[in-house]
Amino acid sequence: MRKLKYILLIATVGLLMYLLQLKIPNLFFSIEENEVWNSARRLILAFTVSILFCGAIAAVINWKKIRPYLSKLYKFRSLLYQLVKRDFKAKYKRSFLGIIWTILNPLLTMLVLTIVFSSLFRFDIENFPVYLLSGQLIFSFFSEATTLSMGSILSAGSLIKKVNLPKYIFPISKVLSSLINLFFSFLALIIVMVITRAPFSWTMLLAPLPILYTLLFSLGVGLILSAAVVFFRDMMYLYNIFLTILVYLTPIFYPISIIPDRFRFLVSLNPIYHFVECFRTVAIYGGIPTLWQNVVCCLMSLASLLAGLYVFYKKQDRFILYI
Amino acid sequence: MTSETAIKIDNVSMCFNLSRDRVDSLKEYFIRLVKRQLFYDEFWALRDISLEIKKGEVFGLVGLNGAGKSTLLKLVAGVLKPTKGTIMVNGTIAPLIELGAGFDPELTARENVYLNGAVLGYSSKTMDKYFDEIIAFSELQDFVDVPVKNFSSGMYARLGFAIATIIKPDILIVDEILAVGDYKFQEKCKHRINELMSGGTTVLLVSHNIDTTKRFCHRVAWLDKGRLIEVGPAKEICEKYEGM
Repeated sequence: MRKLKYILLIATVGLLMYLLQLKIPNLFFSIEENEVWNSARRLILAFTVSILFCGAIAAVINWKKIRPYLSKLYKFRSLLYQLVKRDFKAKYKRSFLGIIWTILNPLLTMLVLTIVFSSLFRFDIENFPVYLLSGQLIFSFFSEATTLSMGSILSAGSLIKKVNLPKYIFPISKVLSSLINLFFSFLALIIVMVITRAPFSWTMLLAPLPILYTLLFSLGVGLILSAAVVFFRDMMYLYNIFLTILVYLTPIFYPISIIPDRFRFLVSLNPIYHFVECFRTVAIYGGIPTLWQNVVCCLMSLASLLAGLYVFYKKQDRFILYI
Repeated sequence: MTSETAIKIDNVSMCFNLSRDRVDSLKEYFIRLVKRQLFYDEFWALRDISLEIKKGEVFGLVGLNGAGKSTLLKLVAGVLKPTKGTIMVNGTIAPLIELGAGFDPELTARENVYLNGAVLGYSSKTMDKYFDEIIAFSELQDFVDVPVKNFSSGMYARLGFAIATIIKPDILIVDEILAVGDYKFQEKCKHRINELMSGGTTVLLVSHNIDTTKRFCHRVAWLDKGRLIEVGPAKEICEKYEGM
């Protein structure tokens, strides 16, 4: 009964949004030739807004149910901090150069790839190192965050078995650790931009936005993976293969233009492509992402996050039996 | 539930799915799916347990191996969720199910104090206040900045015990941990537990040492194969249990 109510509400608000866009056609994006594409966009936009709106209402109504979870997370915020700190410390504790590796690592990878791709395969890309590094930055953030989250529940097994903790704190801590690494990679990007005399633009200040999208998206994927791997250890190997495929499906070291038009939609189904594009727009091209780009990114990261929270919530009580 | 009750266990049953070995991989899963071996044997670790533990009480659990004592402690600690029934707990819990559960071997004792404190839900500000006391109690002054992987098992246990009991919890769960360390430290632990008890902390204790149980506990529950045999005054139940 309650579910039906929500579906009705979503439908009504969505419809209203759709009608509003028909009334004022240029409200959110400029109209293109292709009418099918236009209505698809309108539909997606309308229902995104509608779902977000209804989600907000549902959250307010169910506030009493949600509150204990939030207060538990708040109580354990120092654990979150300690876990992130531990990861950071443990990672470079034994190495001679220590923290410098966080900047050296992306720089060296970029150097190798630049040498390979500017002498072996030549693409028509202006300032290839910056193009490469900016794409790599978002992609390795995603792959690191999800891979680390995946193992987080298993490796925290001894703790989960003995102490009653909010378990989602482990994937979250891994995503935050990756965020710190991303910050250092960003410094590497800026260094390369200075060296190659790339133009800087104020829009770089908007970079946290695409990073936030990627973060939420990775968190959702990480939550699902961390729950899945408890029940199926094979997931680790499968996901590694999947990541390798994904690297080639994302225009990190090649321009999107080399893909034939009829296969373009395949790339556009890849969420990471959108995050990378959005990031490049603000960080290196000095542009502002269109509203449509934002809607797509927002929709994907929220969908991933909600799915992740749902799967994790449903499965978390059974973790202990399988760790 | 009155305000006098610390823990109320109501008709709790716990069931585990016993498969001869766990299905860990996809391949195995499909093989079993085809062979129809995904249906497990059920194992009831606990059946219809009802207990009420008052505030400030020291409550013991006795029983042979596999009686379900540790399962019951884990249920109270909130680590496991009961298959049937409900458990209500009034107050904060410090689980001593295994000492040093949250230690990271690569980190130093100092860092682990903060990490383990955070695991129990204390902020680093709170831990700052108690840090010296913890180190003093565990007698590790000379090893504060040594990674705990180099610690002996006794040092490990001392640090774990000190952290878990330094901030007075409402409920303390003690599972077989008084057997660690030398006799001097054991005496110290017992002293600390006595202190906590007189301060109004409820203690739930499991020990195979009947003398310890008799000495500390007010009431004792006797479990056997997941069923509650009897609850009563410590001395009476312990004698019955010994005479079994």
